[in-house]
Amino acid sequence: MKEIVCISGKGGTGKSSVVSALSWIARENLVVTDCDVDAADLHLIFAPVARQTEEFHSGIKAVIDPDKCIGCALCAQKCRFDAIVKRGKIFEVQALDCEGCGYCYHLCPAGAITLPEQAVGQWYISDTRFGCSLVHARLGIGADNSGKLVAKVKNEAKALAQRETKDFLLVDGSPGIGCPVISSLSGADAVLMVTEPSLSAQSDLQRLWELIQKFRIPAACIINKADINPDISVQIKKWLKKVGIRHLADLDYDTDFQIAITNGKSVTEVNYAKWHPIFTAIWDGLKEIQ
Amino acid sequence: MRIAIASGKGGTGKTTLAVNLATLLAETKSTLLLDLDVEEPNSGIFIKGKELGVHKAVRMVPQWDQKACSLCGKCPPYCRYNAVIRLGDYIMVLPELCHSCHACSELCPEAALPMQAMPLGTIRQYRADNLDFVESRLDIGLEQASPLIAQSLSYADQHFATHQYQILDSPPGTSCAMISATKTADYVILITEPTPFGLYDLSLAVQTMRHLGIPFGVVINRWGIGNSDVLDYLEREDIKLLAKIPHSREIASSYSKGSMLYHAFSEFDEALQQIATHLEARS
Repeated sequence: MKEIVCISGKGGTGKSSVVSALSWIARENLVVTDCDVDAADLHLIFAPVARQTEEFHSGIKAVIDPDKCIGCALCAQKCRFDAIVKRGKIFEVQALDCEGCGYCYHLCPAGAITLPEQAVGQWYISDTRFGCSLVHARLGIGADNSGKLVAKVKNEAKALAQRETKDFLLVDGSPGIGCPVISSLSGADAVLMVTEPSLSAQSDLQRLWELIQKFRIPAACIINKADINPDISVQIKKWLKKVGIRHLADLDYDTDFQIAITNGKSVTEVNYAKWHPIFTAIWDGLKEIQ
Repeated sequence: MRIAIASGKGGTGKTTLAVNLATLLAETKSTLLLDLDVEEPNSGIFIKGKELGVHKAVRMVPQWDQKACSLCGKCPPYCRYNAVIRLGDYIMVLPELCHSCHACSELCPEAALPMQAMPLGTIRQYRADNLDFVESRLDIGLEQASPLIAQSLSYADQHFATHQYQILDSPPGTSCAMISATKTADYVILITEPTPFGLYDLSLAVQTMRHLGIPFGVVINRWGIGNSDVLDYLEREDIKLLAKIPHSREIASSYSKGSMLYHAFSEFDEALQQIATHLEARS
Protein backbone atom coordinates (compact mmCIF):
# COMPACT_ATOMS: atom_id res chain seq x y z
CA MET A 1 0.00 0.00 0.00
CA LYS A 2 1.37 3.38 -1.02
CA GLU A 3 0.75 6.48 1.04
CA ILE A 4 0.65 9.78 -0.87
CA VAL A 5 0.46 13.09 1.03
CA CYS A 6 -0.83 16.22 -0.69
CA ILE A 7 0.56 19.46 0.78
CA SER A 8 1.38 22.96 -0.42
CA GLY A 9 3.14 25.14 2.14
CA LYS A 10 0.85 28.03 1.24
CA GLY A 11 -2.85 27.66 1.91
CA GLY A 12 -5.54 27.98 -0.75
CA THR A 13 -3.52 26.65 -3.68
CA GLY A 14 -6.08 23.93 -4.41
CA LYS A 15 -4.99 20.89 -2.37
CA SER A 16 -8.52 19.78 -1.54
CA SER A 17 -9.72 20.28 -5.14
CA VAL A 18 -6.83 18.17 -6.41
CA VAL A 19 -7.37 15.48 -3.76
CA SER A 20 -11.07 15.36 -4.64
CA ALA A 21 -10.39 14.93 -8.35
CA LEU A 22 -7.71 12.25 -7.80
CA SER A 23 -9.94 10.41 -5.33
CA TRP A 24 -12.72 10.36 -7.89
CA ILE A 25 -10.34 8.89 -10.53
CA ALA A 26 -8.96 6.21 -8.19
CA ARG A 27 -12.08 5.72 -6.07
CA GLU A 28 -12.10 1.94 -6.38
CA ASN A 29 -8.58 1.47 -5.10
CA LEU A 30 -7.94 3.94 -2.29
CA VAL A 31 -8.80 5.26 1.13
CA VAL A 32 -8.79 9.05 1.55
CA THR A 33 -8.02 10.97 4.73
CA ASP A 34 -8.38 14.65 5.59
CA CYS A 35 -5.45 15.58 7.82
CA ASP A 36 -6.17 19.33 7.74
CA VAL A 37 -7.98 18.70 11.01
CA ASP A 38 -8.45 22.32 12.12
CA ALA A 39 -9.92 23.46 8.79
CA ALA A 40 -11.12 20.23 7.21
CA ASP A 41 -13.09 20.67 3.97
CA LEU A 42 -13.12 17.36 2.09
CA HIS A 43 -16.41 16.36 3.70
CA LEU A 44 -18.06 19.15 1.67
CA ILE A 45 -17.20 17.22 -1.52
CA PHE A 46 -17.38 13.61 -0.32
CA ALA A 47 -20.68 13.86 1.62
CA PRO A 48 -19.49 11.32 4.19
CA VAL A 49 -21.81 9.23 6.33
CA ALA A 50 -19.96 8.10 9.43
CA ARG A 51 -20.00 4.39 10.14
CA GLN A 52 -17.67 4.81 13.10
CA THR A 53 -17.27 7.86 15.38
CA GLU A 54 -14.60 8.05 18.08
CA GLU A 55 -13.64 10.62 20.69
CA PHE A 56 -9.99 11.56 20.79
CA HIS A 57 -8.34 12.44 24.09
CA SER A 58 -4.78 13.64 24.25
CA GLY A 59 -2.71 15.66 26.66
CA ILE A 60 -3.77 17.28 29.91
CA LYS A 61 -4.53 20.69 31.33
CA ALA A 62 -3.93 21.74 34.91
CA VAL A 63 -6.85 22.61 37.19
CA ILE A 64 -6.47 24.19 40.64
CA ASP A 65 -8.98 23.22 43.31
CA PRO A 66 -9.95 26.59 44.86
CA ASP A 67 -10.75 24.91 48.20
CA LYS A 68 -7.25 23.46 48.48
CA CYS A 69 -5.17 26.35 47.04
CA ILE A 70 -3.17 28.09 49.82
CA GLY A 71 -2.17 31.03 47.62
CA CYS A 72 1.60 30.43 47.84
CA ALA A 73 2.09 31.50 44.19
CA LEU A 74 4.76 28.87 43.52
CA CYS A 75 2.87 27.51 40.50
CA ALA A 76 2.39 30.96 38.97
CA GLN A 77 6.06 31.82 39.47
CA LYS A 78 7.31 28.64 37.82
CA CYS A 79 4.84 28.37 34.94
CA ARG A 80 6.75 29.15 31.73
CA PHE A 81 3.55 29.80 29.82
CA ASP A 82 2.13 32.47 32.15
CA ALA A 83 -0.98 30.34 32.36
CA ILE A 84 -1.61 30.77 36.10
CA VAL A 85 -3.13 34.01 37.39
CA LYS A 86 -4.16 35.34 40.78
CA ARG A 87 -7.89 35.61 41.51
CA GLY A 88 -8.34 37.21 44.91
CA LYS A 89 -6.16 35.25 47.32
CA ILE A 90 -5.89 32.09 45.28
CA PHE A 91 -4.70 31.06 41.85
CA GLU A 92 -6.41 29.87 38.71
CA VAL A 93 -5.25 28.21 35.48
CA GLN A 94 -6.17 29.92 32.22
CA ALA A 95 -6.90 26.88 30.12
CA LEU A 96 -6.08 28.57 26.81
CA ASP A 97 -2.54 29.33 27.92
CA CYS A 98 -1.88 26.03 29.70
CA GLU A 99 0.58 23.90 27.72
CA GLY A 100 -0.22 20.77 29.72
CA CYS A 101 3.31 20.19 31.02
CA GLY A 102 2.18 19.28 34.54
CA TYR A 103 5.10 21.08 36.22
CA CYS A 104 2.74 22.90 38.60
CA TYR A 105 1.24 19.56 39.71
CA HIS A 106 4.65 18.43 40.98
CA LEU A 107 5.34 21.76 42.70
CA CYS A 108 2.09 22.40 44.57
CA PRO A 109 2.69 21.92 48.33
CA ALA A 110 -1.05 21.72 48.99
CA GLY A 111 -1.84 19.03 46.43
CA ALA A 112 -4.43 21.37 44.93
CA ILE A 113 -3.64 20.70 41.27
CA THR A 114 -5.08 17.92 39.12
CA LEU A 115 -4.33 17.12 35.49
CA PRO A 116 -7.49 15.95 33.73
CA GLU A 117 -7.15 14.55 30.21
CA GLN A 118 -8.39 16.76 27.40
CA ALA A 119 -10.97 15.97 24.76
CA VAL A 120 -9.23 17.08 21.56
CA GLY A 121 -11.94 16.24 19.07
CA GLN A 122 -13.65 13.46 17.18
CA TRP A 123 -12.54 11.31 14.29
CA TYR A 124 -14.68 9.34 11.89
CA ILE A 125 -14.56 6.50 9.40
CA SER A 126 -17.16 7.27 6.76
CA ASP A 127 -18.76 5.91 3.62
CA THR A 128 -18.78 8.47 0.83
CA ARG A 129 -20.70 9.08 -2.35
CA PHE A 130 -17.50 8.24 -4.27
CA GLY A 131 -17.63 4.70 -2.89
CA CYS A 132 -14.24 4.95 -1.17
CA SER A 133 -13.87 5.32 2.60
CA LEU A 134 -12.92 8.67 4.14
CA VAL A 135 -11.18 8.98 7.48
CA HIS A 136 -11.58 12.50 8.85
CA ALA A 137 -11.69 14.44 12.08
CA ARG A 138 -12.96 17.50 13.78
CA LEU A 139 -10.68 19.32 16.19
CA GLY A 140 -12.55 20.81 19.13
CA ILE A 141 -12.79 24.62 19.16
CA GLY A 142 -9.74 26.00 20.94
CA ALA A 143 -8.23 22.52 21.36
CA ASP A 144 -4.49 21.83 21.22
CA ASN A 145 -2.69 18.81 19.90
CA SER A 146 -3.74 19.03 16.26
CA GLY A 147 -0.51 17.19 15.39
CA LYS A 148 -1.51 14.24 17.55
CA LEU A 149 -4.97 14.14 16.01
CA VAL A 150 -3.37 14.14 12.54
CA ALA A 151 -1.18 11.20 13.55
CA LYS A 152 -4.20 9.36 14.92
CA VAL A 153 -6.35 9.95 11.82
CA LYS A 154 -3.53 8.93 9.51
CA ASN A 155 -2.73 5.73 11.39
CA GLU A 156 -6.40 4.75 11.40
CA ALA A 157 -6.64 5.47 7.67
CA LYS A 158 -3.56 3.37 6.99
CA ALA A 159 -4.94 0.44 8.95
CA LEU A 160 -8.26 0.79 7.12
CA ALA A 161 -6.59 0.81 3.69
CA GLN A 162 -4.83 -2.42 4.64
CA ARG A 163 -8.05 -4.01 5.91
CA GLU A 164 -9.85 -3.00 2.74
CA THR A 165 -6.85 -4.24 0.68
CA LYS A 166 -6.58 -0.95 -1.20
CA ASP A 167 -3.33 -0.07 -2.94
CA PHE A 168 -3.36 3.64 -2.04
CA LEU A 169 -3.90 6.02 0.84
CA LEU A 170 -4.35 9.63 -0.26
CA VAL A 171 -3.81 12.24 2.46
CA ASP A 172 -5.03 15.86 2.29
CA GLY A 173 -2.62 17.81 4.49
CA SER A 174 -2.48 21.20 6.23
CA PRO A 175 -0.86 24.40 5.05
CA GLY A 176 2.40 25.46 6.67
CA ILE A 177 5.45 23.43 7.62
CA GLY A 178 4.83 22.94 11.36
CA CYS A 179 3.52 20.18 13.56
CA PRO A 180 0.42 18.99 11.62
CA VAL A 181 2.42 18.88 8.37
CA ILE A 182 5.33 17.06 10.01
CA SER A 183 2.81 14.57 11.47
CA SER A 184 1.24 13.99 8.06
CA LEU A 185 4.66 13.45 6.42
CA SER A 186 5.79 10.83 8.88
CA GLY A 187 5.68 7.44 7.14
CA ALA A 188 4.60 8.78 3.73
CA ASP A 189 5.84 7.12 0.51
CA ALA A 190 5.38 10.11 -1.79
CA VAL A 191 4.47 13.79 -1.57
CA LEU A 192 2.31 15.68 -4.05
CA MET A 193 2.87 19.42 -3.79
CA VAL A 194 0.23 21.76 -5.16
CA THR A 195 1.50 25.23 -5.83
CA GLU A 196 0.52 28.33 -7.80
CA PRO A 197 2.64 30.83 -9.71
CA SER A 198 3.00 33.62 -7.17
CA LEU A 199 6.09 34.82 -5.34
CA SER A 200 4.38 33.88 -2.06
CA ALA A 201 3.56 30.32 -3.10
CA GLN A 202 7.01 29.90 -4.61
CA SER A 203 8.72 30.94 -1.39
CA ASP A 204 6.43 28.66 0.63
CA LEU A 205 7.12 25.75 -1.74
CA GLN A 206 10.85 26.12 -1.26
CA ARG A 207 10.53 26.11 2.53
CA LEU A 208 8.28 23.05 2.29
CA TRP A 209 10.82 21.25 0.10
CA GLU A 210 13.54 21.90 2.68
CA LEU A 211 11.32 20.17 5.23
CA ILE A 212 10.44 17.24 2.94
CA GLN A 213 14.12 16.61 2.27
CA LYS A 214 14.66 15.97 5.96
CA PHE A 215 12.26 13.04 5.57
CA ARG A 216 13.83 11.88 2.27
CA ILE A 217 10.44 11.39 0.63
CA PRO A 218 10.21 11.61 -3.18
CA ALA A 219 7.99 14.40 -4.45
CA ALA A 220 5.98 15.54 -7.42
CA CYS A 221 4.39 18.91 -8.10
CA ILE A 222 1.33 20.40 -9.80
CA ILE A 223 1.22 24.09 -10.67
CA ASN A 224 -2.37 25.24 -10.29
CA LYS A 225 -3.62 28.42 -12.02
CA ALA A 226 -0.38 28.27 -14.03
CA ASP A 227 -1.54 30.91 -16.53
CA ILE A 228 -2.06 33.59 -13.85
CA ASN A 229 1.65 34.31 -14.11
CA PRO A 230 3.40 32.32 -16.86
CA ASP A 231 6.83 33.77 -16.02
CA ILE A 232 6.74 32.54 -12.45
CA SER A 233 5.36 29.17 -13.66
CA VAL A 234 8.45 28.81 -15.85
CA GLN A 235 10.70 29.77 -12.95
CA ILE A 236 9.04 27.19 -10.70
CA LYS A 237 9.43 24.48 -13.36
CA LYS A 238 13.14 25.27 -13.72
CA TRP A 239 13.54 25.04 -9.98
CA LEU A 240 11.62 21.73 -9.80
CA LYS A 241 13.92 20.25 -12.43
CA LYS A 242 17.02 21.52 -10.64
CA VAL A 243 16.12 20.02 -7.27
CA GLY A 244 14.70 16.76 -8.67
CA ILE A 245 10.95 17.13 -8.16
CA ARG A 246 8.82 15.64 -10.92
CA HIS A 247 6.51 18.21 -12.52
CA LEU A 248 3.24 16.41 -13.24
CA ALA A 249 1.00 19.10 -14.70
CA ASP A 250 0.14 22.74 -15.19
CA LEU A 251 -3.54 23.39 -14.53
CA ASP A 252 -5.00 26.52 -16.06
CA TYR A 253 -7.08 29.06 -14.18
CA ASP A 254 -10.57 27.74 -14.81
CA THR A 255 -13.90 28.58 -13.20
CA ASP A 256 -14.65 24.82 -13.22
CA PHE A 257 -12.81 24.70 -9.88
CA GLN A 258 -15.07 27.33 -8.28
CA ILE A 259 -18.17 25.73 -9.81
CA ALA A 260 -17.11 22.33 -8.47
CA ILE A 261 -16.49 23.57 -4.91
CA THR A 262 -19.68 25.62 -4.90
CA ASN A 263 -21.70 22.56 -5.89
CA GLY A 264 -19.92 20.08 -3.65
CA LYS A 265 -18.37 18.24 -6.61
CA SER A 266 -14.96 17.33 -7.95
CA VAL A 267 -13.84 19.03 -11.18
CA THR A 268 -13.85 15.62 -12.87
CA GLU A 269 -17.60 15.50 -12.28
CA VAL A 270 -18.25 19.08 -13.37
CA ASN A 271 -16.38 18.83 -16.67
CA TYR A 272 -15.52 15.21 -17.34
CA ALA A 273 -14.30 15.74 -20.89
CA LYS A 274 -11.67 18.25 -19.84
CA TRP A 275 -10.51 17.07 -16.43
CA HIS A 276 -10.80 13.29 -16.55
CA PRO A 277 -7.82 12.83 -18.89
CA ILE A 278 -5.74 15.44 -17.02
CA PHE A 279 -6.25 13.93 -13.57
CA THR A 280 -5.91 10.38 -14.90
CA ALA A 281 -2.49 11.35 -16.23
CA ILE A 282 -1.58 12.99 -12.91
CA TRP A 283 -2.64 9.89 -10.99
CA ASP A 284 -0.67 7.63 -13.34
CA GLY A 285 2.34 9.87 -12.86
CA LEU A 286 1.95 9.80 -9.10
CA LYS A 287 1.83 6.02 -9.04
CA GLU A 288 5.29 5.97 -10.63
CA ILE A 289 6.90 8.26 -8.04
CA GLN A 290 9.25 6.37 -5.76
CA MET B 1 -4.81 48.93 19.08
CA ARG B 2 -3.75 45.44 18.12
CA ILE B 3 -5.62 44.00 15.12
CA ALA B 4 -5.08 40.42 13.99
CA ILE B 5 -5.97 39.36 10.46
CA ALA B 6 -6.91 35.70 10.47
CA SER B 7 -8.94 33.06 8.64
CA GLY B 8 -9.73 29.41 9.03
CA LYS B 9 -9.00 28.54 5.42
CA GLY B 10 -5.59 29.30 3.95
CA GLY B 11 -5.11 31.45 0.88
CA THR B 12 -8.12 33.70 1.42
CA GLY B 13 -6.11 36.94 1.39
CA LYS B 14 -4.74 37.51 4.92
CA THR B 15 -1.37 38.75 3.75
CA THR B 16 -2.87 40.87 0.95
CA LEU B 17 -5.15 42.60 3.42
CA ALA B 18 -2.48 42.93 6.11
CA VAL B 19 0.19 44.57 3.95
CA ASN B 20 -2.19 46.94 2.17
CA LEU B 21 -4.17 47.91 5.26
CA ALA B 22 -1.00 48.54 7.25
CA THR B 23 0.36 50.71 4.44
CA LEU B 24 -2.84 52.77 4.35
CA LEU B 25 -2.94 53.20 8.13
CA ALA B 26 0.74 54.15 8.25
CA GLU B 27 0.05 57.19 6.05
CA THR B 28 -1.52 58.99 8.99
CA LYS B 29 -0.93 56.89 12.14
CA SER B 30 2.06 55.16 13.70
CA THR B 31 1.66 51.57 12.52
CA LEU B 32 3.46 48.26 12.94
CA LEU B 33 2.92 45.30 10.62
CA LEU B 34 3.92 42.03 12.32
CA ASP B 35 4.08 38.85 10.21
CA LEU B 36 3.18 36.00 12.56
CA ASP B 37 2.69 33.36 9.86
CA VAL B 38 6.07 32.11 11.06
CA GLU B 39 5.95 28.82 9.13
CA GLU B 40 5.41 30.57 5.79
CA PRO B 41 5.95 34.35 6.20
CA ASN B 42 5.12 36.28 3.02
CA SER B 43 4.47 39.91 4.01
CA GLY B 44 8.12 40.66 3.27
CA ILE B 45 7.51 39.89 -0.41
CA PHE B 46 5.25 42.97 -0.56
CA ILE B 47 6.90 45.30 1.94
CA LYS B 48 10.37 46.36 0.90
CA GLY B 49 12.02 48.21 3.74
CA LYS B 50 15.39 48.97 5.22
CA GLU B 51 16.52 46.30 7.68
CA LEU B 52 17.06 47.89 11.09
CA GLY B 53 17.80 44.85 13.21
CA VAL B 54 17.97 41.07 13.39
CA HIS B 55 17.13 39.11 16.51
CA LYS B 56 17.86 35.40 16.77
CA ALA B 57 15.06 33.79 18.73
CA VAL B 58 15.98 30.78 20.84
CA ARG B 59 14.19 28.18 22.88
CA MET B 60 15.46 26.49 26.00
CA VAL B 61 15.97 22.73 25.97
CA PRO B 62 17.55 20.56 28.68
CA GLN B 63 20.91 18.94 28.10
CA TRP B 64 22.01 15.89 30.06
CA ASP B 65 25.05 16.30 32.32
CA GLN B 66 26.21 12.72 32.66
CA LYS B 67 28.74 13.49 35.42
CA ALA B 68 26.16 15.12 37.66
CA CYS B 69 23.42 12.54 37.04
CA SER B 70 22.74 9.89 39.72
CA LEU B 71 20.35 7.99 37.41
CA CYS B 72 17.55 8.33 39.96
CA GLY B 73 15.02 7.91 37.13
CA LYS B 74 12.73 10.77 38.17
CA CYS B 75 13.02 12.89 35.01
CA PRO B 76 11.32 10.71 32.37
CA PRO B 77 7.95 10.66 34.17
CA TYR B 78 8.18 14.44 34.76
CA CYS B 79 8.12 15.01 31.00
CA ARG B 80 4.60 14.91 29.54
CA TYR B 81 5.94 15.07 26.00
CA ASN B 82 8.22 12.00 26.15
CA ALA B 83 11.17 14.26 25.37
CA VAL B 84 13.29 12.82 28.20
CA ILE B 85 13.85 9.07 28.07
CA ARG B 86 16.14 6.65 29.85
CA LEU B 87 18.06 4.03 27.91
CA GLY B 88 20.02 1.88 30.33
CA ASP B 89 22.58 4.16 31.97
CA TYR B 90 21.86 7.02 29.60
CA ILE B 91 19.33 9.83 29.66
CA MET B 92 18.36 10.99 26.22
CA VAL B 93 16.71 14.34 25.45
CA LEU B 94 14.70 14.63 22.22
CA PRO B 95 14.70 18.40 21.51
CA GLU B 96 11.94 18.21 18.87
CA LEU B 97 9.47 16.93 21.47
CA CYS B 98 10.46 19.40 24.21
CA HIS B 99 8.02 22.22 25.09
CA SER B 100 10.57 24.16 27.21
CA CYS B 101 8.55 23.85 30.41
CA HIS B 102 11.72 23.49 32.53
CA ALA B 103 10.08 20.83 34.76
CA CYS B 104 12.74 18.12 34.33
CA SER B 105 15.54 20.65 34.68
CA GLU B 106 14.29 22.37 37.81
CA LEU B 107 12.93 19.24 39.51
CA CYS B 108 16.14 17.22 38.98
CA PRO B 109 17.68 16.72 42.47
CA GLU B 110 21.21 16.72 41.01
CA ALA B 111 20.75 19.67 38.60
CA ALA B 112 21.88 17.28 35.89
CA LEU B 113 19.59 18.67 33.17
CA PRO B 114 20.67 22.31 32.72
CA MET B 115 18.68 24.26 30.13
CA GLN B 116 20.53 25.39 27.04
CA ALA B 117 19.54 27.70 24.23
CA MET B 118 18.71 26.18 20.83
CA PRO B 119 17.78 28.05 17.64
CA LEU B 120 14.08 28.72 17.11
CA GLY B 121 13.86 31.32 14.37
CA THR B 122 14.68 34.85 13.30
CA ILE B 123 12.87 38.11 14.03
CA ARG B 124 13.78 40.89 11.60
CA GLN B 125 12.79 44.52 11.93
CA TYR B 126 12.37 46.83 8.93
CA ARG B 127 11.24 50.34 8.18
CA ALA B 128 9.42 51.05 4.90
CA ASP B 129 8.49 54.73 4.55
CA ASN B 130 6.12 55.37 7.48
CA LEU B 131 5.54 51.70 8.25
CA ASP B 132 7.40 49.63 10.82
CA PHE B 133 7.52 45.99 9.78
CA VAL B 134 8.63 42.96 11.79
CA GLU B 135 8.91 39.53 10.21
CA SER B 136 9.21 36.37 12.21
CA ARG B 137 10.49 33.18 10.56
CA LEU B 138 10.54 29.72 12.12
CA ASP B 139 13.58 27.52 11.49
CA ILE B 140 12.61 24.72 9.11
CA GLY B 141 11.99 21.35 10.77
CA LEU B 142 10.74 22.78 14.07
CA GLU B 143 7.22 21.71 14.97
CA GLN B 144 6.01 24.42 17.31
CA ALA B 145 5.17 27.83 15.93
CA SER B 146 3.54 29.14 19.11
CA PRO B 147 6.72 29.88 21.14
CA LEU B 148 8.09 32.03 18.32
CA ILE B 149 4.74 33.78 17.91
CA ALA B 150 4.74 34.56 21.65
CA GLN B 151 8.29 35.94 21.47
CA SER B 152 7.39 38.07 18.45
CA LEU B 153 4.43 39.56 20.30
CA SER B 154 6.73 40.36 23.24
CA TYR B 155 9.09 42.01 20.77
CA ALA B 156 6.21 44.16 19.54
CA ASP B 157 5.29 45.02 23.15
CA GLN B 158 8.87 46.10 23.87
CA HIS B 159 9.51 48.17 20.77
CA PHE B 160 6.14 49.35 19.50
CA ALA B 161 3.87 49.63 22.54
CA THR B 162 2.98 53.24 21.76
CA HIS B 163 2.12 52.66 18.09
CA GLN B 164 -1.48 53.46 17.30
CA TYR B 165 -1.94 50.33 15.23
CA GLN B 166 -0.32 46.91 15.34
CA ILE B 167 -1.50 44.78 12.41
CA LEU B 168 -0.82 41.05 12.85
CA ASP B 169 -0.70 38.75 9.81
CA SER B 170 -1.77 35.46 11.41
CA PRO B 171 -1.23 31.84 10.37
CA PRO B 172 -4.16 29.93 8.79
CA GLY B 173 -6.26 27.35 10.61
CA THR B 174 -8.03 27.49 13.95
CA SER B 175 -5.51 25.61 16.09
CA CYS B 176 -2.58 26.49 18.40
CA ALA B 177 -0.66 28.81 16.05
CA MET B 178 -3.73 30.81 15.01
CA ILE B 179 -4.87 31.09 18.62
CA SER B 180 -1.41 32.24 19.77
CA ALA B 181 -1.43 34.93 17.09
CA THR B 182 -4.93 36.24 17.84
CA LYS B 183 -5.42 35.85 21.57
CA THR B 184 -3.78 39.15 22.57
CA ALA B 185 -5.55 41.17 19.85
CA ASP B 186 -8.10 43.88 20.62
CA TYR B 187 -9.93 43.10 17.41
CA VAL B 188 -9.75 40.38 14.79
CA ILE B 189 -10.56 40.66 11.09
CA LEU B 190 -11.55 37.29 9.65
CA ILE B 191 -11.12 37.15 5.91
CA THR B 192 -12.94 34.55 3.85
CA GLU B 193 -14.03 33.74 0.32
CA PRO B 194 -17.65 33.13 -0.71
CA THR B 195 -17.37 29.38 -1.33
CA PRO B 196 -18.58 26.46 0.83
CA PHE B 197 -14.94 25.81 1.86
CA GLY B 198 -14.50 29.45 2.84
CA LEU B 199 -17.80 29.52 4.70
CA TYR B 200 -17.24 26.30 6.63
CA ASP B 201 -13.76 27.37 7.75
CA LEU B 202 -15.07 30.86 8.57
CA SER B 203 -17.67 29.32 10.87
CA LEU B 204 -14.86 27.46 12.71
CA ALA B 205 -12.86 30.68 13.00
CA VAL B 206 -15.95 32.52 14.30
CA GLN B 207 -16.48 29.85 16.97
CA THR B 208 -12.81 30.15 17.92
CA MET B 209 -13.07 33.95 18.31
CA ARG B 210 -16.19 33.59 20.41
CA HIS B 211 -14.38 31.02 22.54
CA LEU B 212 -11.52 33.50 23.02
CA GLY B 213 -13.96 36.35 23.64
CA ILE B 214 -12.37 38.70 21.10
CA PRO B 215 -14.52 41.09 19.04
CA PHE B 216 -14.27 40.48 15.31
CA GLY B 217 -15.62 41.44 11.92
CA VAL B 218 -15.51 39.76 8.52
CA VAL B 219 -14.10 40.72 5.14
CA ILE B 220 -15.23 38.75 2.09
CA ASN B 221 -12.52 38.47 -0.53
CA ARG B 222 -13.04 37.43 -4.19
CA TRP B 223 -16.64 38.54 -4.02
CA GLY B 224 -18.29 37.28 -7.21
CA ILE B 225 -17.07 33.69 -7.14
CA GLY B 226 -19.07 30.95 -5.40
CA ASN B 227 -22.41 32.08 -3.98
CA SER B 228 -23.90 34.47 -1.43
CA ASP B 229 -24.46 31.97 1.41
CA VAL B 230 -21.87 33.78 3.49
CA LEU B 231 -24.07 36.91 3.61
CA ASP B 232 -26.97 34.88 5.02
CA TYR B 233 -24.61 33.34 7.55
CA LEU B 234 -23.31 36.76 8.72
CA GLU B 235 -26.83 38.08 9.06
CA ARG B 236 -28.05 35.01 10.95
CA GLU B 237 -25.09 35.15 13.33
CA ASP B 238 -25.26 38.94 13.66
CA ILE B 239 -21.66 39.39 12.53
CA LYS B 240 -20.33 42.70 11.21
CA LEU B 241 -19.44 42.64 7.51
CA LEU B 242 -16.56 45.08 7.15
CA ALA B 243 -16.11 45.01 3.39
CA LYS B 244 -16.36 42.97 0.21
CA ILE B 245 -13.33 42.86 -2.07
CA PRO B 246 -14.43 42.07 -5.62
CA HIS B 247 -12.93 39.11 -7.46
CA SER B 248 -10.64 40.10 -10.28
CA ARG B 249 -8.10 38.19 -12.29
CA GLU B 250 -6.00 41.37 -12.54
CA ILE B 251 -5.78 41.53 -8.74
CA ALA B 252 -4.69 37.87 -8.63
CA SER B 253 -2.06 38.51 -11.26
CA SER B 254 -0.82 41.63 -9.46
CA TYR B 255 -0.62 39.69 -6.19
CA SER B 256 1.38 36.93 -7.88
CA LYS B 257 4.14 39.43 -8.70
CA GLY B 258 4.34 40.70 -5.16
CA SER B 259 2.81 44.09 -6.07
CA MET B 260 0.83 46.27 -3.68
CA LEU B 261 -2.84 46.63 -4.56
CA TYR B 262 -3.37 49.87 -2.63
CA HIS B 263 -3.42 52.82 -5.04
CA ALA B 264 -3.53 50.37 -7.98
CA PHE B 265 -7.15 49.13 -7.90
CA SER B 266 -9.85 51.62 -6.96
CA GLU B 267 -12.38 48.94 -5.99
CA PHE B 268 -9.79 47.48 -3.62
CA ASP B 269 -8.96 50.92 -2.16
CA GLU B 270 -12.63 51.46 -1.47
CA ALA B 271 -12.90 48.24 0.56
CA LEU B 272 -9.69 49.06 2.39
CA GLN B 273 -11.00 52.52 3.28
CA GLN B 274 -14.20 51.03 4.72
CA ILE B 275 -12.16 48.75 6.96
CA ALA B 276 -9.88 51.59 8.07
CA THR B 277 -12.88 53.76 8.91
CA HIS B 278 -14.34 51.00 11.05
CA LEU B 279 -11.04 50.51 12.88
CA GLU B 280 -10.73 54.23 13.51
CA ALA B 281 -14.20 54.27 15.04
CA ARG B 282 -13.19 51.42 17.35
CA SER B 283 -9.88 52.86 18.54
